[in-house]
Amino acid sequence: MDTLGQLAQGFGVALTPMNILWSFVGVVLGTAIGVLPGLGPALTIALLLPLTYKVDATGVFILFAGIYYGAMYGGSTTSILLNTPGESATIITALEGNKMARRGRGGAALATAAIGSFVAGTIGTLGLTFVAPIVVDFALKFGPAEYFSLMILAFVTVSAVLGNSAIRGLAALFFGIWLGLIGVDLQTGQARFTFGILELLDGVNVIIVAVGLFAVGETLYLAARHRYGQDEILPVKDSLWMTREDWSRSWKAWLRGSVIGFPIGAMPAGGAEVPTFLSYFLEKKLSKKPEEFGHGAIEGVAGPEAANNASAAGVLVPMLTLGLPTSATAAIMLSAFQSYGINPGPQLLMTQSNLVWGLIASLYIGNVMLLVLNLPLIGLWVKILAIPAPLLYGGILVFATIGTYGISQSPIDLILLYLIGGIGFLMRKYDFPTAPVIIGMILGPLAEQEFRRAMTIAQGDVTVLFTRPLSLTLLMLAALAVLSPYIYRWWTRART
Amino acid sequence: MQARSTGAIAVALGIVAVGLVVGYETTQISLSPAYSKVGPKAFPTMVSAGLVILGLALLWHAWRGAWTAEDDDDAQPTDWRALGWLGFGLVFNVALIGILGFILASTVLFASVARAFGSLKPARDLAIAFVFSAVCYLGFVKVLGINMGAGVLERLF
Repeated sequence: MDTLGQLAQGFGVALTPMNILWSFVGVVLGTAIGVLPGLGPALTIALLLPLTYKVDATGVFILFAGIYYGAMYGGSTTSILLNTPGESATIITALEGNKMARRGRGGAALATAAIGSFVAGTIGTLGLTFVAPIVVDFALKFGPAEYFSLMILAFVTVSAVLGNSAIRGLAALFFGIWLGLIGVDLQTGQARFTFGILELLDGVNVIIVAVGLFAVGETLYLAARHRYGQDEILPVKDSLWMTREDWSRSWKAWLRGSVIGFPIGAMPAGGAEVPTFLSYFLEKKLSKKPEEFGHGAIEGVAGPEAANNASAAGVLVPMLTLGLPTSATAAIMLSAFQSYGINPGPQLLMTQSNLVWGLIASLYIGNVMLLVLNLPLIGLWVKILAIPAPLLYGGILVFATIGTYGISQSPIDLILLYLIGGIGFLMRKYDFPTAPVIIGMILGPLAEQEFRRAMTIAQGDVTVLFTRPLSLTLLMLAALAVLSPYIYRWWTRART
Repeated sequence: MQARSTGAIAVALGIVAVGLVVGYETTQISLSPAYSKVGPKAFPTMVSAGLVILGLALLWHAWRGAWTAEDDDDAQPTDWRALGWLGFGLVFNVALIGILGFILASTVLFASVARAFGSLKPARDLAIAFVFSAVCYLGFVKVLGINMGAGVLERLF
């Protein structure tokens, strides 16, 4: 069946009343947690993972996708009105958007962010619709050796290239891989790293790690550093209708941002920061009024916001076609697939075609809902921002307890949660990225599996990774990604 | 060059220590002879080596003072009182959730977190915390069917 036919079939799945409801709940919840500083889609989806035992897969993934997209919309509201970027991808939005709000143009900033997110989300979803089948055709040629090398490339880019320090990123990644290895080895039945604790035989639950790092660790960090409640919430004084000038300055920025964001998100490297920065500098260069940048230029909101949303759609390409998550949220979604016994990979589009195309169709629907939710109803979300920090973080920790204690009613899980929360606190304080921990934990065991498969096929000959051309190319890209900053530094030093 | 930070050095040593523990535990995995090529030890060995090497690299950075802590607001000293309140809430929760039940343990956790975040109205916080925890309990247990264990108040529902 061709792509459009399958998409139509997907709309048939997504437009059932139950699935529309799941999508609606997802986008509302996603916007709310996106607006609240300190909560993100990764944490929310982790807390909702127990739903996978009760609800059918299609409903759950439509809900998760709604949360994922909704959080992007909500995050921009916080950046514009509060100047506290919830995640690194919205730093740029805060840069110009908050200046606009300060000048009494908050309404226009919110409008260009929301409409830009809609345009980019739709373009990104279109990209996903048509690129995913192509990637699948390509990925069907992959053997275990290629998969292993691809995972190495993803490991290197998510931990070493993005972020401030390659060494700290890799340390976080290795810590995550180790957490992923705890428990019974599925191929030999050997227990590994259980320290004699029975609860650890099943492995460490990703819910505990995600909630520990993102909820407990973050709360400890904010409390210890007094980084809360210092920023004032700027009122929206002007109308949400953009002027003719706003439109003419925004629409090209939306399109350019989408075109930058989607491909970068879709690469095995992922990451939404790079495309937002690129879009910002491109808009600054192309703008007829570059002097406004730094004082609230509307292009500086429109472009990066679009890039952010388009790259979020792009991240779903490697996730759905290769089973390769490149963000913490995607990694947790992958573990939801595993919880249903579904292995994301090139076969997914064929074996679970209703699920995947229903999910993609729900993204189109969710985007329309989000546009409505975020423009006329913006006043509602601003109220959420006014929740005082003491009550907000009290509530977050109670939810963290529910998410963890609800798994098994075991105090061991709570102790583990707080231990990981403490580690998360230290990681924040000493500037380690946390996403590589989650990605390493989910992807590490899969990489090990592919490695052992490759070695079994090659009868233990490690050189197979370097003799198969595709595998070698992927590994060389990975090596280049790690070493290029050092080579560059050495080269510039050698010349002077 | 910044002054070296003992905290950063401790963190680097901690990573080396974790790597060594992983290495030691790897040697404790019993090997089944059927999987002689790439068994369950190969990946753990790589992880152990990786953690030790990265930890040593970080130790070197920390020793030279090139890596201290998050750079932008070192002016803010760590608020130990806030951490103390948070720690109290967490320890109370883990110790007493089995005896008191989810609702009461969470009420105390919520109120101590609020205290850590500078709230000075303990009576109001406890009241909000109690209502919030009870609503969460009812929502999760009765609507979603998640088991949250028994407790003093939970038996009433």
